[in-house]
Amino acid sequence: MSDSTGLRYLETHEWVRLEGKIATVGISDHAQKEISDVVFVELPKPDRTVKQKESVLVIESVKAAFDIYAPMSGKVIRVNETLKTKPDLVNRSPYGEGWLFQVECSDLKEAEALMDESRYKSLGHAAGH
Amino acid sequence: MVLTRFPDDFEARMALLQEAHSLQKTPLYDRHVALGGKMVDFAGWLMPVYYTGIIAEHLWTRKSCGVFDVSHLGEIQVKGPGALDFLQYRLTNDLNKINDGQILYNLLCDEGGFALDDVLAYRSGAEDFYLIVNAANIGRDYEALSRYAPASVSLVDRSDSTACVAIQGPRSEGILERLFGFRLEGLRYYHFGKETLAGRPVWISRSGYTGEDGFEIFSEPAAVGQIWDKLIGEGRSLGTLPAGLGARNTLRLEAGNALYGSDMDRATTPLEAGLGWAVSFDKGRFVGRDGLLKQKEHGPRRRLVGFKMLDKPIAREGYPIFKAGRKIGVVTSGSYGPSAGYNIGLGFVEAQSAVRGTGIEIEVHGRSVRAEIAKLPFVPSQHKK
Repeated sequence: MSDSTGLRYLETHEWVRLEGKIATVGISDHAQKEISDVVFVELPKPDRTVKQKESVLVIESVKAAFDIYAPMSGKVIRVNETLKTKPDLVNRSPYGEGWLFQVECSDLKEAEALMDESRYKSLGHAAGH
Repeated sequence: MVLTRFPDDFEARMALLQEAHSLQKTPLYDRHVALGGKMVDFAGWLMPVYYTGIIAEHLWTRKSCGVFDVSHLGEIQVKGPGALDFLQYRLTNDLNKINDGQILYNLLCDEGGFALDDVLAYRSGAEDFYLIVNAANIGRDYEALSRYAPASVSLVDRSDSTACVAIQGPRSEGILERLFGFRLEGLRYYHFGKETLAGRPVWISRSGYTGEDGFEIFSEPAAVGQIWDKLIGEGRSLGTLPAGLGARNTLRLEAGNALYGSDMDRATTPLEAGLGWAVSFDKGRFVGRDGLLKQKEHGPRRRLVGFKMLDKPIAREGYPIFKAGRKIGVVTSGSYGPSAGYNIGLGFVEAQSAVRGTGIEIEVHGRSVRAEIAKLPFVPSQHKK
């Protein structure tokens, strides 16, 4: 679960892993390096309905606060509670334990608008590990 | 730092790299890049914000020794007969309090008593001072000084011919003695001495911005590479690590040091910023005195205070401060305090609310977060007296 195989990306550096209607969301390795030193993740409330590309949560690092956008529309069904005590998991394991939230997608076709890994990498944001 | 929308921030960063040639670089620029430094625009300079991470570099400086490139700082030499009298008139503090070889913190104010900059005056002699000024203000400071300088006093902007490295943290003294053969035990806080390193003249002062014991070495640009290499090369096994401006910012914030450009600007008086101790009303006339005296008599209407967040989010520059639902001020600096272990900040509040322990609320990302006005510094200073 901690590799980036098969992920799709929003141009704003959020990744999504689709399993049926369930989308798990995090930020790319490139993004966590840009953000650096995450000290707080303001998680969304479960049951909140989000739209694709809508701002869902804020990641606070020592240097700044960063808005994180929903790659898919739907209902937030789970948030990563571990980040409340270990926000630095976003830095240490961006594709694994540092995931942010899960959405039950309302429209799977939206995934077509997302980039695959090679496309995302071609923008110069190599996923890395 | 302000709330940054990530994509904008990223685009800005890419644009920055493309325009890198238009930003100034210190003589250590290539070394920062080689060390993996994350380079950002700071006051028109491409400076490392961190090498490995802000928190790690911050904690290492408190525990051991952080080495910072601060060559972007400006240096203005004030020289000639009447230099002392001129600066007594132009700056706020009383330079007769110090002897040759000492440093004094000052404000450079406009005629109304508002701060144009905060400056450190290094007294080499009664006719020879060096003012260390903020990078963004060099030109304006030079102007503000020259407008009042008598013909006998010459002002020379030495910023391009001066590099500076700050060595901060409890192990700094031992490391510098070991690496360079200095004798530093007798060098007291806010004193400086003239030394020779590799045949070139340097000034070394016991000073800094971090709240730790530490030193700053001023040298010619051509000599700073060698000094830096020794500090972070040979020095590494003795306990040094390079540290960026990100850690410098969190360290100074924990130490309760205001940053010009964030916590003060030209609409701020030193009295509002809690810097009344650097304003000497007794020394005689000086630029800005009338306005400041009037403000002192009535008391400033707002004051810069420290605050501690009682909940998780960080309150950052520009966020509004409330008390019982009523807006009373604004945040000027905010961050996680890596040594404090909680979120801290500085901000202006109306004077009647500037009382330690007062409960306040700060609007963060559209919601109200509890905070408390706190004692400064957040982390006790370790300066050697």
